[in-house]
Amino acid sequence: MTATTTAPVATTPVHTNRQPSARLRAWATRAPLLPALVFMIVVTQLPFVATLVISFFDWNSLYPDARHFAGIDNYREVLTDADLRHSVWTTVLLTVAVVLASLVLGLVLALLLDRRFRGRGVVRTLLIAPFLVVPVAAALLWKHVLYNPEYGLFNGLLHYVGGPQPDWISNTPLLAVEASLVWQWTPFMMLILLAGLQSRDHEQIEAAWVDGASDWQIFRHLTLPHLRRYLELGALLGSIYIVQNFDAVFTITSGGLGTANLPYTVYQSFYQAHENGLASAAGVLVVIGSIIIATFALRVVSSLFREEVSHA
Amino acid sequence: MSAVAVRLRSRRKGVGLGLVAWLLGIVFFLPIAWMALTSFHSEADAATNPPSFAASLTLDGYREFFGAGGGASPWPALINSTVASVASTLFVLVLALPAAYALSIRPVKKWTDVLFFFLSTKMLPAVAGLLPLYLFAKNTDMLDNIWLLVILYTSMNLPIAVWMMHSFLSEIPVAIIEAARVDGAKLPTILTRVVAPIALPGIAATALICFIFSWNELLFARVLTGVVAETAPVFLTGFITSQGLFLAKVCAASLVISLPVLAAGFAAQDKLVQGLSLGAVK
Repeated sequence: MTATTTAPVATTPVHTNRQPSARLRAWATRAPLLPALVFMIVVTQLPFVATLVISFFDWNSLYPDARHFAGIDNYREVLTDADLRHSVWTTVLLTVAVVLASLVLGLVLALLLDRRFRGRGVVRTLLIAPFLVVPVAAALLWKHVLYNPEYGLFNGLLHYVGGPQPDWISNTPLLAVEASLVWQWTPFMMLILLAGLQSRDHEQIEAAWVDGASDWQIFRHLTLPHLRRYLELGALLGSIYIVQNFDAVFTITSGGLGTANLPYTVYQSFYQAHENGLASAAGVLVVIGSIIIATFALRVVSSLFREEVSHA
Repeated sequence: MSAVAVRLRSRRKGVGLGLVAWLLGIVFFLPIAWMALTSFHSEADAATNPPSFAASLTLDGYREFFGAGGGASPWPALINSTVASVASTLFVLVLALPAAYALSIRPVKKWTDVLFFFLSTKMLPAVAGLLPLYLFAKNTDMLDNIWLLVILYTSMNLPIAVWMMHSFLSEIPVAIIEAARVDGAKLPTILTRVVAPIALPGIAATALICFIFSWNELLFARVLTGVVAETAPVFLTGFITSQGLFLAKVCAASLVISLPVLAAGFAAQDKLVQGLSLGAVK
């Protein structure tokens, strides 16, 4: 095989000889990459293109014969439908609240863990654990074991102090979902911010300390500026995951009581209502929202990335 | 203020703040500890108000969960989840390792663009492709087939793996590889003797993180599986509506199904941030 291919190449003029072999070498370099690349394009990009196409059709799978091109009707319906508009709003509210709360809590925990104290490793492990509970299991834990108005832990503890016995999920459904998500996502933020804290320039901080700067001054003028990009990264990655959250909404409230976010609505509109066109239009809207967040996220990741490459 | 005074001040504050850290750690862990304790209580003791902290311990919750009371056995779901998570993780490694090699050790042109393409697919929400995937599965008789989930979980984790492995492989000094090449080592030798030993801990961490994400996944599994290919999280959704006294059983179920994730997570603890931040944070 090799003998037959190399023989004619040797007799050809130099310039034609070099080009195919250079091209061959480029393909040899590319070859290991191609399976992964092709796989990703087929499995993730094609379905999305299909979603985009379906979103322009009026298509209920219970009445497949009535399927017809509908232009932007689905989008008009999604954007004017009170329930759907509400789910857009719920998604924004849920994402912003969870990301901000877990970021602030994560920052506090990261600052505490950045100091040396007895049992730091144990505390770190305790704090990471909530992130390592299967999301559905975590949601069940909050729904039945903590929130239950009759025998939940929260009301049980309130009982000791003679407090009220509220029905947490019915009274504040969205807050109930958010609290469980904050509990799961705070460790994530803490880990990212802790990594940020540990990459600080410790000599600089020492110098500021010796010069008599207060803890607050050091935090405000040295630590916080350094952490800025880690805060951004945590917020953006957190947003990407929480915009897509399905597990907690599905488990704790089953989308009821005004907690249905966009992913849940998409799921419901095709899985239960069989409205394929509407579901796709809502799906495309989720994507547009994600692209807006992702553009910022990619910029932050790429600036951290560039810095690393230039350090290397 | 003298240096000694500064250090004294900070030490006294350090003890106080250490206590605060301990307190917060315990508060965060309390729901899990309570879940574990409840799973060992009898159903009657699990559902009391005020809570019965010192009730006698029993394995009834676990027996119930594993089907002693005539409920559905969780074993098929646990086996499905294991197949989906392990198989997809293996596929991810097989695809991601060569890709990461072509993006770090012998980089293709425009390798950063390729890297960011992988990342951007991760930012495309899963619901965006869910309906076409469902219709495709329905028309090709792939609904309720665990291998469909394996393919989807592979695509879900591949970008994370490519990014993580790229960052691990980039840590290998090019000089070592060049030296081996000069000494006459062929590519397979270089890969197995030089690259693999340095990259192995990173590869292991990547695999553990992919395993966790696959094990946790609910949306695809919920929509695309039924009775046959049901995974562990889908099994858990059976507990969404209350079924009388069932707290101990729910806690046992949640704990057993979370155990593989807790184990994998703690094993990969050091590389967890790097994986979750797609290699952006070391």
